[in-house]
Amino acid sequence: MEKFTKLTGVAAPLPMVNVDTDKIIPKQFLKTIKRTGLSEGLFYELRFDEDGNKKDFVLDQPAYRDAKILVAGENFGCGSSREHAPWALLDAGIRCIIASSFADIFYNNCFKNGILPIALPQEQVDLLMDDAERGANAVVTVDLETQEITGPDGGRVQFEIDPFRKHCLMNGLDDIGLSLQKANKIDAFEAKRRQEQPWL
Amino acid sequence: MAAPRTLFDKIWESHLVDRQDDGTCLIYIDRHLVHEVTSPQAFEGLRLAGRQLRRPEATLAVADHNVPTTDRSAGIADEESRIQVETLIRNCADFGVPYIEVDDPRQGIVHIIGPEQGFTLPGMTIVCGDSHTSTHGAFGALAFGIGTSEVEHVLATQTLIQQPAKNMRITVEGARPVGTTAKDLILAIIGKIGTAGGTGHVIEYAGQAITDLSMEGRMTVCNMSIEAGARAGLIAPDEATFDYIKGRPMAPKAGAWEQAEAAWRGLPSDPDARYDKEVTLAAAEIAPQVTWGTSPEDVVPVTGRVPDPADAPDEGKRQAMARSLAYMGIKAGTPIGEIPVDKVFIGSCTNGRIEDLREAAAVAKGRKVAEGVQALIVPGSGLVKNQAEEEGLHKVFIEAGFEWREPGCSMCLAMNADKLEPGERCASTSNRNFEGRQGRGGRTHLMSPGMAAAAAVTGRIADVRDLV
Repeated sequence: MEKFTKLTGVAAPLPMVNVDTDKIIPKQFLKTIKRTGLSEGLFYELRFDEDGNKKDFVLDQPAYRDAKILVAGENFGCGSSREHAPWALLDAGIRCIIASSFADIFYNNCFKNGILPIALPQEQVDLLMDDAERGANAVVTVDLETQEITGPDGGRVQFEIDPFRKHCLMNGLDDIGLSLQKANKIDAFEAKRRQEQPWL
Repeated sequence: MAAPRTLFDKIWESHLVDRQDDGTCLIYIDRHLVHEVTSPQAFEGLRLAGRQLRRPEATLAVADHNVPTTDRSAGIADEESRIQVETLIRNCADFGVPYIEVDDPRQGIVHIIGPEQGFTLPGMTIVCGDSHTSTHGAFGALAFGIGTSEVEHVLATQTLIQQPAKNMRITVEGARPVGTTAKDLILAIIGKIGTAGGTGHVIEYAGQAITDLSMEGRMTVCNMSIEAGARAGLIAPDEATFDYIKGRPMAPKAGAWEQAEAAWRGLPSDPDARYDKEVTLAAAEIAPQVTWGTSPEDVVPVTGRVPDPADAPDEGKRQAMARSLAYMGIKAGTPIGEIPVDKVFIGSCTNGRIEDLREAAAVAKGRKVAEGVQALIVPGSGLVKNQAEEEGLHKVFIEAGFEWREPGCSMCLAMNADKLEPGERCASTSNRNFEGRQGRGGRTHLMSPGMAAAAAVTGRIADVRDLV
């Protein structure tokens, strides 16, 4: 997993609430057995009409083609557990999503892929959404270490993040490797479980 | 004396392998269900890192999302779907994971076969790379959906790194009125608390209307916890739970059973347990529910009308409602009972169990599917299909003009050939009415199996209470 320390880039506005994972990546793109190349299906039905022509979706507009940050409405990522959603965002260059709230599974999946989801109060999201509307000038800096977002006019916003998730993201740590270091604790748990719940 | 604990607290604490100073927990996972869509990259990850499966015997795999529901003897025609299923078969063989073949009578949707096999037991932690894993909470098991990275983590370590959830209790008081099913209860709950109402929480369902439900009905309720934003739903195990489990292939056998049952009886929340959030509904006020929009929270009683965006509480909601109505091709104020349908889908992990088929058959019996309507019945598993055939339900459906299909996820998410065409409208017993969910441009109205059958025979959304 790529580390996340400090990110500076264009922020794209997606002022929609309840953006579900079917919308982020529809089912026809879930038939892959790979993690890569999924940007092809990102927001497919918002980006293309039924004949496959582009609909001028925000991420296809020249000003936002290199966007690294997405600013969206509440309950972003609701619905299915498909990790294809963060994979598709990552494949399209999005490393940070800012919204007033996230669905739990999507939020969790982001951290496994070096993407930082930031939940902020609605008023602050609204301000950043206004900033993001300014096209290529909407350059925003997200500093994970100081937990601070700097807007295009220099305005600063602090954000909260769980310390362990921050640590893993900043160091690009592999969760499985960390948990395997606790193998003796897992062994001990299993031994106790076999004794107390022999039917399992 | 120890502080009173909820059912969730008890399961959580009994599965703690480690708790770090920062509060992050490592919890043990008792059972892991695997399907073809969210697992290939996890197995690939294990291979790349040279890792093994910690407990293959605690894992059970089946193909469900991609499988055709028509004749399967010729295999899967769609190449990508076929590769995904073949990849699952190869991964299970390579890593020693028990796999239920597509032509095995036990094949079906993961969340239907887990309980059927007795793989799902009270007090367990159960995960699957699928958000509807919450279904298994009906047994008093902490069950939740995970992403593929976590699937890989569980395969390698039999644990997950988690933060504890908050406790929420939803009580549905009183007895269900006639015609109101488990599906109507959960749709009404989602309508009340919203699709983010349960975010960060595990929902425990309680009250007479919940405890009166069969295990099938309880599974329907817990299944859609994710549509209320919660990762998991729970119902305290009781006699109905134990009766359902006893004698299932993977359930504890005599001797071990008594010990297990005694432990399970200690699981229900303590009387004074504290919840972070409490919501109460009166069952008497819940009529059959139908969704009008593109979010599961967009519910109205079947006797109601499509709401007006002008009445929305804020601008964001107003825009979302207007967008939903445009997508759904319906106007504010339209009576729900005047909305015509093109297709009907009865099945899915929400409503693909035997009781659901009985409920639909009671409406279909002696009637005909309306002219121009295509109606599919997709049993949730081969065992559900066999049971229905033993009861003669398939004959009722076939005589009425329904299509009697092979088990799988089917038109719930339209990864196989069963899907809506642009603009088609469907009365569906599934769980999500998102834009494009059942096929690009498809319009989904969620409802109970009896209501869906009523829509099939009348050609429009209809009140099931007028037909039974």
